[in-house]
Amino acid sequence: MSHQKEWPLWEVFIRSKQGLDHKHVGSLHAADAEMAIQNARDVYTRRMEGVSIWVVESRNIHASNPDESAAFFDPANDKVYRHPTFYEVPAEIKNM
Amino acid sequence: MDLQHTQSPAVQDYTPELRALLLDYTLQLADTSLILGHRLSEWCGHGPILEQDLAMANIALDLIGETRSLYQYAAELEGKGRSEDDLAYLREAVEYKNPLLVEQPNGDFAHTILRQFLFDGFHFFLLKDLQNSPDQRLAAIAAKAFKEASYHLKWSSEWVIRLGDGTEESKRRLQKAIANLWMFSGELFMMTDTEQQLAQAGIIPDYATLLPQWEAHVAKVFAEATLEVPQNVFMQKGGKTGRHSEHLGYILTELQYLQRAYPGLEW
Repeated sequence: MSHQKEWPLWEVFIRSKQGLDHKHVGSLHAADAEMAIQNARDVYTRRMEGVSIWVVESRNIHASNPDESAAFFDPANDKVYRHPTFYEVPAEIKNM
Repeated sequence: MDLQHTQSPAVQDYTPELRALLLDYTLQLADTSLILGHRLSEWCGHGPILEQDLAMANIALDLIGETRSLYQYAAELEGKGRSEDDLAYLREAVEYKNPLLVEQPNGDFAHTILRQFLFDGFHFFLLKDLQNSPDQRLAAIAAKAFKEASYHLKWSSEWVIRLGDGTEESKRRLQKAIANLWMFSGELFMMTDTEQQLAQAGIIPDYATLLPQWEAHVAKVFAEATLEVPQNVFMQKGGKTGRHSEHLGYILTELQYLQRAYPGLEW
């Protein structure tokens, strides 16, 4: 072991208000989950940005491959009928 | 706690004796937070990792915020027209009342963590009790600082556990810090004449009631950190009565330079 081990990378998610979703805000290094939450508190909530913090080790996040984005996402482009606004609501139906 | 005062009188309603005691005590708390906050601020830009650099700067700012409230109150108690800045920047080393622990140099990260841990435990249990002081100003300052101190204690406790139960090197460094710093922990709980009189008047807690709580917390954290609690160590004292180590002079030189060189300078 010639050089120090790096601490693992963690992704940080913060919920800014009750009722809202946790949003990804960035990443940081920490030795374990407890320290990652404390670090996230110190780095990302100094200006009252949050009421709740989630952390997850970056290696546990599996992402879609950017090279496959055409095959993944383009086919949705011409399928407007998947949007509810594509359909006209019959006049008799109230309260949609 | 037997409270002799159930209603807090305004500052001007206190007897001159009580005001003098409260001034002395408020200055002692203020000096303690100021010096420790300054020590922590020395880490700014030098932390082992960005996240801990920020954590220490945050704690330093919490302590300096608490300091300001206390100096403001002290200035009112004194009633001689001195401001919080005059009290922080224009007093001599012998007038500072902080315990020796908080003026000890940062050393390595383990040394800073242990100094913080020993202080945080004291600070936490003191503020927890002081929130109920019949002196409303002290109670209000304590209530605000207590939330911050709760986090400080959690932070430093977690680090003691990680360094103690971490690698061989981190444990060795923490053990060295314990050998250097433990002797300064006793002074936190040794009551000055002022503290004894205020405790008898029911305005501050009797520190004899804080010590077992502190000891229990330290024992719990050290056990998890696989560290031994030192026994029968001779305890240093003096800071709270103005007899400081050489380190305080150097801190004040840096802290007070601007106000001494350019009196009355404002940002």
